[in-house]
Amino acid sequence: MAYLDHAATTPMLDEALEAYVATAREVGNASSLHAAGRRARRRVEESRERVAAVLGARPSEVIFTGGGTESDNLAVKGIFWARRAARAERVRVVSSAVEHHAVLDAVDWLVDHEGAQVGWLPVDGAGRLRPQRLDAELAEHGDRVAVVTAMWANNEVGTVQPVAELAAVAAAHGVPFHTDAIQAVGQVPVDFAASGVSALTVTGHKLGGPAGVGALLLARDVAATPLLHGGGQERDVRSGTLDAAGIVAFAVAVETAVKGQQEYAARVAALRDELVERVRQAVPEVVFNGDPTDRLPGNAHFSFPGCEGDALLLLLDAQGIACSTGSACSAGVAQPSHVLLAMGADDDRARSSLRFTLGHTSTGADVDALIAALPAAVERARRAAALRTPR
Amino acid sequence: MRVLAAMSGGVDSAVAAARAVAAGHEVTGVHLALARNPQTYRTGARGCCTLEDSRDARRAADVLGIPFYVWDMADRFHDDVVDDFVAEYAAGRTPNPCLRCNEKIKFAAVLDRAVALGFDAVVTGHHARLGPDGLLRRSVDAAKDQSYVLAVLTRAQLDRSIFPLGDSTKAEVRAEAARRGLAVADKPDSHDICFIADGDTRGFLAQRLGEAPGEVVDALTGAVVGSHSGAYQYTVGQRRGLHLDRPAADGRPRYVLSITPTTNTVTVGPAEALEVSSVRATRPVWTGGPRPDGPIECEVQLRAHGDVVPATVTVDADGLHASLRRPVRGVAAGQAIVAYRPDPAGDVVLGSATIAV
Repeated sequence: MAYLDHAATTPMLDEALEAYVATAREVGNASSLHAAGRRARRRVEESRERVAAVLGARPSEVIFTGGGTESDNLAVKGIFWARRAARAERVRVVSSAVEHHAVLDAVDWLVDHEGAQVGWLPVDGAGRLRPQRLDAELAEHGDRVAVVTAMWANNEVGTVQPVAELAAVAAAHGVPFHTDAIQAVGQVPVDFAASGVSALTVTGHKLGGPAGVGALLLARDVAATPLLHGGGQERDVRSGTLDAAGIVAFAVAVETAVKGQQEYAARVAALRDELVERVRQAVPEVVFNGDPTDRLPGNAHFSFPGCEGDALLLLLDAQGIACSTGSACSAGVAQPSHVLLAMGADDDRARSSLRFTLGHTSTGADVDALIAALPAAVERARRAAALRTPR
Repeated sequence: MRVLAAMSGGVDSAVAAARAVAAGHEVTGVHLALARNPQTYRTGARGCCTLEDSRDARRAADVLGIPFYVWDMADRFHDDVVDDFVAEYAAGRTPNPCLRCNEKIKFAAVLDRAVALGFDAVVTGHHARLGPDGLLRRSVDAAKDQSYVLAVLTRAQLDRSIFPLGDSTKAEVRAEAARRGLAVADKPDSHDICFIADGDTRGFLAQRLGEAPGEVVDALTGAVVGSHSGAYQYTVGQRRGLHLDRPAADGRPRYVLSITPTTNTVTVGPAEALEVSSVRATRPVWTGGPRPDGPIECEVQLRAHGDVVPATVTVDADGLHASLRRPVRGVAAGQAIVAYRPDPAGDVVLGSATIAV
């Protein structure tokens, strides 16, 4: 099998898996007062320090969560609620049109249920946000903005945003800035303090840790109203018994991924560039999406004119090649990518797209397998698409 | 062969896919998303469009160990089946949407896409037999037989179709599903029209066609005996719900005899006036052998699960004519007439056409 979907999830690192199993064998609730509890607590706190150290945060700024979606929801809703509670006119959220659904849908929920207003920042044809647009938005609405949220790197087309510049703009207007850095950590340099952001989402399973565990880095001076109420764990912001095994494995994975980031990025980007070049040779009319330079090292994203992405995926899947079309609705129907539509693509181009993402286990053989299968798949998908009735 | 199994989320299509796997085919499961907004039918409906059905189909594919995808056929389904359904009622006819879905979606849009993608055939859970002789026959389970709604398929469509369930009763299919560990083994059968979630066909039509008041006329006297709010709310043969202002002169019950869209009139009359001995039909399909040169003796069926009547049938490129050996009541334009040749190995579908009158 050629696994070219590392942005969906990537294999667990051996050291993370071993750490998980070793910790899961131990009994102990980190909130308990006895020796077993203290041992579990120690594992969690050591993990907190490891995560903080490699991501440029203080240990007290690390809030462990159940993963990226929870962290995004906690940041967007939690900061919104806390800032509005402090000043009632802060009802506006500023976000971008290319966010992951964990942010988009949280923002939409605030609009539908909390009377929030929203300012959507547009992107250019490469999917990049412009700090000037944020500046203009905040100059106009600054006093009424509760939170700004914009992703560090896009999960579909791989474009890396000028996060530090955006965060500086938000800081100048005194508005907290959250970034979803799920795709960025371990792929590009990420430093919480140096970036100037107020809150940052990271998750385990995109960088070699387990699924279902992640963190929100939350600056000490930024309040967030909790989503979950209970035992008061994690600064009272996130109640729930701490998943010591998951947290330990998460910390090992984050540390390994961040420490190895430079070497990893160089190797994977070279492989990605080879993939892009060979796809272009195999299918000359292919359109490469996203920013050509400011992009994640493992991401290659294309539109295949005259094809439907879901047909290509089926055909490549049958050849043992795993890739992604973007998002699907809850029933499993492929949807045109909101990211590509925001980048100015029409419906056909948005539906004709495929994402190939490389990771720490990728080799040249994966690229060879893709190139061997792709031309025939494209030809067949074209024949199938020609039957389609116009929308 | 590489085959595509259309999986609705019900027990029949799950077992059909399982049998295709057991027969040695390379099977890929596909669930057709037919509702434009799948959330619409999340609860209540036991049709082919719900989220729950999509999950059931996916789970069955998991158990069988086959690839599974959801294909978005919502636009095609809406244009070719739902809009057609409404337009047919508006034109005073009585459509069969399952038949239309087979003709336009499952064995057309889906089959064509499958073939383009390199598949050899489509497998479905219909209860009908289609053997190596290429003849479409009734299922061994007479109560579940679906040959009527498949008779519209052409030779080319049948040549790329596989119906693995025709030799089994529904009870056998359910037992096999349970044996294979398919959770849908005891899932209830679907009955209603899948795109009318609450089963209220009249309400569905009224919403789309609006109120169109008109007269109800007695065929014997020519007198106006009542009014209606939309002729599309009536079906030939209907007795209940006529709400006549005046009882018929002869005191006998009245039935809907015909619907005339041009004058927006519903004509009613006594039971015997419903009787039809001669049927004309258009758009003939003939798959049970070469198209006959002259009249042939066979049996015909005039609606889904309807009675079977001996008849003399003549067919040409433009249409089909049937002289019924005994009169039949409630023959509705828009339904299919299907000609069968009685056969101990399962009655053979000879051909079909759309009833004009």
